[in-house]
Amino acid sequence: MEVEKQHNFDVDLGNLMAFDSTHTFPSQPPLSREELIKQSLLKGTHLVQAIADALFTLPSTEDVDGPLVNLPQPLTKLPREKHLPKPKPPTKWEVFAKKKGIQKRKKDKIVYDEQTGTWKRRYGYDRANDEDAVPIIEAKPTDDPAGDPFAKRKENKKQRVEKQEKNRLQNLKEAAKFGALPSHIQLAATSLPITGTQAAPKKVTKDELGNVAGLAATATASGGKFDKKLPGEKPAQHKGKYRKFLPVVEGTGMGSLEREQTEKILNKIMSKNSHDILNVQKAVTMHTVKKEKKRRSENGNASATDKRSDKKSDKNFKTQKKSFKKGNFKKGKAKGK
Amino acid sequence: MLEIKTAKSRKGKRELEKRAPKLVESGKKTLILHGTKTSAVLNAVLAQIYHLKKNYAVKFSRKNDNVKPFEAGGETSLEFFSLKTDCSIFVYGSHSKKRPDNLVLGRTYDHHIYDLVEVGVENFKPMEFFSYDKKLAPMEGSKPFIVFIGEGFEAVEELKHLKEVLLDLLRGEVAENLNLAGVDRAYVCAAVSPNRVLFTHCALRLKKSGTIVPRMELVEVGPSMDFVVRRHRPPNESLRKEAMKTSREKPKKKEKNVKKDELQGKIGNIYIPDQKIGEMAIPNKSKGVKRERREAKRKHGSDENASKRKKEDS
Repeated sequence: MEVEKQHNFDVDLGNLMAFDSTHTFPSQPPLSREELIKQSLLKGTHLVQAIADALFTLPSTEDVDGPLVNLPQPLTKLPREKHLPKPKPPTKWEVFAKKKGIQKRKKDKIVYDEQTGTWKRRYGYDRANDEDAVPIIEAKPTDDPAGDPFAKRKENKKQRVEKQEKNRLQNLKEAAKFGALPSHIQLAATSLPITGTQAAPKKVTKDELGNVAGLAATATASGGKFDKKLPGEKPAQHKGKYRKFLPVVEGTGMGSLEREQTEKILNKIMSKNSHDILNVQKAVTMHTVKKEKKRRSENGNASATDKRSDKKSDKNFKTQKKSFKKGNFKKGKAKGK
Repeated sequence: MLEIKTAKSRKGKRELEKRAPKLVESGKKTLILHGTKTSAVLNAVLAQIYHLKKNYAVKFSRKNDNVKPFEAGGETSLEFFSLKTDCSIFVYGSHSKKRPDNLVLGRTYDHHIYDLVEVGVENFKPMEFFSYDKKLAPMEGSKPFIVFIGEGFEAVEELKHLKEVLLDLLRGEVAENLNLAGVDRAYVCAAVSPNRVLFTHCALRLKKSGTIVPRMELVEVGPSMDFVVRRHRPPNESLRKEAMKTSREKPKKKEKNVKKDELQGKIGNIYIPDQKIGEMAIPNKSKGVKRERREAKRKHGSDENASKRKKEDS
């Protein structure tokens, strides 16, 4: 901190600067530039000498390249280039730990592994007491027999990782609010703010742009078919299916395809509505009626009565016809008989 | 969800860390660029300023049509360039009928314009104009002496401002230690009238004086020019206050490989690199010692053995 004022000038050794605020250049008569330069060089030499006087008398240490001196702090304050680094706000855990009085402890890098009886690293590959590496999980009586314990373990791990990622993001967001993000991290919403714009515009990918162009092209009557394409522009994407017609002429190979297709569709419909086609009630009735008829005809043959049986069979035929319509009629008839 | 962008490579990460705000700053980089029109004089001025500031400057060689520092909206791309190149001082040259050979010197704070000074360049003399003993030529990047002469630098507002900007532009790297053998250049700025500043670059000739302090002599090496102050925009008061903030505490450097013990006191680990005896230079390398020869011999020998074995088999 050396300020020399005895010769009417200031020396700022931190910046190796000297300033003579008293010297005036005569304006009358006007001097030529050469003379002005000469005069200022003369004055400059004085000032440089003054800086050197202060500089060379500073305590120095010998080095291979020459004497090194320790410069004092600059006196002239100049503005900073960037703001002071802001302190990082505490994370949620740090706040909690402080509230609870939880202290950070150093842990050993290597711990004893119970399973193998050796010393292993605490974290990372081939770590000690790794629960995820246990090959056999013993079933407990309370366990759900349908569940897969390995899948469950994997799921649990995944959830823990996701939770941690969520917490990390939350803490980063909080840090971003204070403007204290680590220098190598940028949150996309706050990346590269430029004066005049609130936020960096979202970048549209090449594919997205192409799709939009394709969509716009379909707005013409031809669906973009006859539009002039720019160099490098891709044809519009066709969305949807093309109709295909198969040959109707029967034959083998391609010829049989049409038949197969229709059969397939028919089968599908049939199988879908098969329960409607087969009326179980009706089938059962028909079956019983047929059975009865058979039995009766057998009975008739045995008695060998022609007229009565004829009449009966006639009547029977009638009832049979009716029985299709009403089930209980047949029942009453059977009772009467 | 927010997207996190991180540096993809170690190198990129280091670069970002270099650009991060620091407790103690080491020096500002200078961006040198020009507008749509320049003159031959201005081109030379910009080139020579770049030459003086080499390694701490970035020079753009193309026209920049939307850079107008003094106009509203004209600073947008300038601030963007400042962000991209990590420069916080800029020297912008433009040439027009109204303001011929115009030079705008300005600074940025947090990549936003902090202040501006506009000067006109007159009586420019390039480095090539001066003839001197080339042994005296200043080294690239050496820390200069800066001398301001004239009451104008205190009395006139514009010149006071210009003085500060010039000091920031010229002072070079902010250093704690200085090698006295590397003192070899000085800038002389003289306020000859309320709006004119003589600027010249000199080499230092150190002569013996019989004491520790050598006798200084200035040798003009150029470039030399006159600055005629035109417009200026001082910094916003609140912004200035913020930019002037400094921190009391010094950045602590992590002490590595050093332990403190109750009984033994300070214990340090020293790592000695491998001695590499095999690669040691031997003064006389005779033919037999040479590696190729030895290897060839061994190879040849093994071949012989193989053939012998074959014979035995058959």
